[in-house]
Amino acid sequence: MSAGVGVDLENLWIRFGDFVAVRDANVNIKGGDFFSFLGPSGCGKTTILRAVSGFLEPSEGNVLIGGNNMKGIGPNKRPTALIFQNLALFPLMKVWENITFSMEIAGASARDRRKRADELLDMIALSGQGDKLPSELSGGQRQRVAIARALCAEPDVLLLDEPLSALDLKLRQHMRTELREIQKRVGITFIYITHDQGEALTMSDDIAVMRAGVIDQIGDGKAIYNDPATAFAASFVGENNVFRGKVSKLSGNEALISTNRSGDLLARISTANHGKLKVGDDAMMFIRPEALSLATSGSTGDNFVTAKVTHEEFEGNTFNIFTEGDGGKEIKVSIPNLGQSFDDHTGQPITLEYEASNAVVVPAGELANE
Amino acid sequence: MMTSDKIIRVSIWVYLAIFFAYLLGPLLIMSLTAFNSPGFPRATPWECLTFDWFSALFQDERILNGIKNSVLVGIGTIILSVSMGLAGALMLTQIWPKLRATYYTIIIAPILIPGVVIGISTLVFWDRVNRMLGLGADSFLSNGLFLTIIGQSTFIASYCMLVLVARLQRYDMTLTEAALDLGATHAQAFRKVLFPFMMPAIASASVLAFLASFENYNTTTFTFGEYPTLTIELAQKVRYGITPAISALAFMIVILTVFAALFNEANIKRKEMVAEARKDATVGELAGKIEVPGILSRNTPAMLLILLLVVTVSVIGSSFVYSPNQCIADVHEQKRIETELRIQQLRDQRAKDAAEKAAKEGAAPVQKQTAPKAGNNSGFGGVFAPSTLDNSDN
Repeated sequence: MSAGVGVDLENLWIRFGDFVAVRDANVNIKGGDFFSFLGPSGCGKTTILRAVSGFLEPSEGNVLIGGNNMKGIGPNKRPTALIFQNLALFPLMKVWENITFSMEIAGASARDRRKRADELLDMIALSGQGDKLPSELSGGQRQRVAIARALCAEPDVLLLDEPLSALDLKLRQHMRTELREIQKRVGITFIYITHDQGEALTMSDDIAVMRAGVIDQIGDGKAIYNDPATAFAASFVGENNVFRGKVSKLSGNEALISTNRSGDLLARISTANHGKLKVGDDAMMFIRPEALSLATSGSTGDNFVTAKVTHEEFEGNTFNIFTEGDGGKEIKVSIPNLGQSFDDHTGQPITLEYEASNAVVVPAGELANE
Repeated sequence: MMTSDKIIRVSIWVYLAIFFAYLLGPLLIMSLTAFNSPGFPRATPWECLTFDWFSALFQDERILNGIKNSVLVGIGTIILSVSMGLAGALMLTQIWPKLRATYYTIIIAPILIPGVVIGISTLVFWDRVNRMLGLGADSFLSNGLFLTIIGQSTFIASYCMLVLVARLQRYDMTLTEAALDLGATHAQAFRKVLFPFMMPAIASASVLAFLASFENYNTTTFTFGEYPTLTIELAQKVRYGITPAISALAFMIVILTVFAALFNEANIKRKEMVAEARKDATVGELAGKIEVPGILSRNTPAMLLILLLVVTVSVIGSSFVYSPNQCIADVHEQKRIETELRIQQLRDQRAKDAAEKAAKEGAAPVQKQTAPKAGNNSGFGGVFAPSTLDNSDN
């Protein structure tokens, strides 16, 4: 993989009137990385992308591409190419004309353009489709044409604004793999915007989790998933059971939380919050459904939760048990389906067990809705 | 159920018939008058089929000059109105949203202002400008051509803007952004992406602008100066009485319109057929030329167009051979005979009346035979009749 061109955001603020869309963003994206901005809609991730591509001037701070400050440089002069959410293929141009639009602008001859278009069409497995109109292609094919058009401009950085959101599930999963492969092949920096954690986790080298204009956490997929820095990151990425409470005891990087409804529970403090929690602080503890398992009933301790099963679900790869803990606290448990026999527990009281290293404590904070 | 269905269907047809009679009836009658020989345009009584009114039309210097000026003004109006309309439409999409409603009202206002007012104000304003620049009455600014184009464009540009805005609303602004992102300048993005997209609307706006300009009278009447347009010439001609030559002109305009409409329809149909053919085309065919069935198969408008063309050419061809002179002479002769006959009849009738009267009043010898009694048939109660004086003496 070539070194590629990095992108840096320095103290980036973007305001629209009184509304702050991006608040003091600091991100270093390494050259050749696949970097994702993950967040719910309206969190400012598209705004960051528009600032990088040059459609928007930051209110404060700088965008650096390959170390060069992009202040005052228009989108047509930046070494970036953007893949729009709606793809924005030119409807009146044939596929090959679409792909080589950047060459037409540069004044290349029709013969050269056609040649380059055919190469790119081969790459995206659409050989011979160059004379069709975009409207004559399927969703996934259009998607690939948009990628080819962006790559034809030979950008240093490719920006993708939720390009898969319009596709159906199967195609989306297929395109994830394809995008990742294309990125490895061309070796340029990809900056990917998504609200789909699955996309972010499967494709990215690094992910920035965004909430209401603020970047909560930057890290690789595992760090984001296993070691969330904030309550928002913990609740937005993947499923999590949240227990609210106060820190009652600290021992090294573990904390005993006296939860509001489920008694005292032990958990690991996430890396970003080492040394930041004090006894008596409001805290939130997160346990993933798959980190819980069924224990022999009657077991007690600071890594056991008692609950009553309300209903069960078979999801194929997992059995989901929905339970109600003490005081009506909802807890979800996922048990991998390994072909074992599985009894119906509905209505029964059960005891759940987890390992303290699989539970994470962060300071109390805003959760992602849904 | 059946019968009420039938009634509805019949009444729809009747309604349609009335509707189209109302729309097209006058055009039909007028077209007929262009081919009838009497000197005043009328469809009945039919006298002789003639093409002379067309040659009369083509010999009329003023009409020809009017057409030339109208075309000149029309082209100028297209260029000015469509570009102003496009600029106005683009501005509407770019302007600060809170100002949009106000801007729209301002830009639409010329449509609501009476053409007469626009005409007068154009004349007054540019006359001032002309004088301010110290130019004479025959300068470019005041010789009529410029004034008419400017005056008409004042409101035609608003029409154009409406047409263009409708298309522009369907434009995806990210397409321009995509072009910019791929390295295009704003001018290139406009030329290569937005402009081709707007082309159909620009074409319709041009047609609209030309037609609106061609038929305009009330603005032009103030501004035409040395360039009287067709409508101005026609209006002036009508003051001295109208001839079927004007019907002939109108007929030609109707035929040209039908031609244009059919051509447009045939074109649309052809595009549909190309799109249809592309769907089934193989990759190889797409790269080459798309085979579309010949123009005549399955394309009704094209067939009608060709039919109309053939009919028109043959009618024009036969008009050079056909001479209505014999017919006109015959009609003339017949009319003379009829008139004489009528006169004779009147004379006979009068003689008969006189004889009857003489027989009836034979007993009264005082009355003179040579002074006919006016009676109450004449105007003013017969006060000017010669016999009135006699009676008043009694």
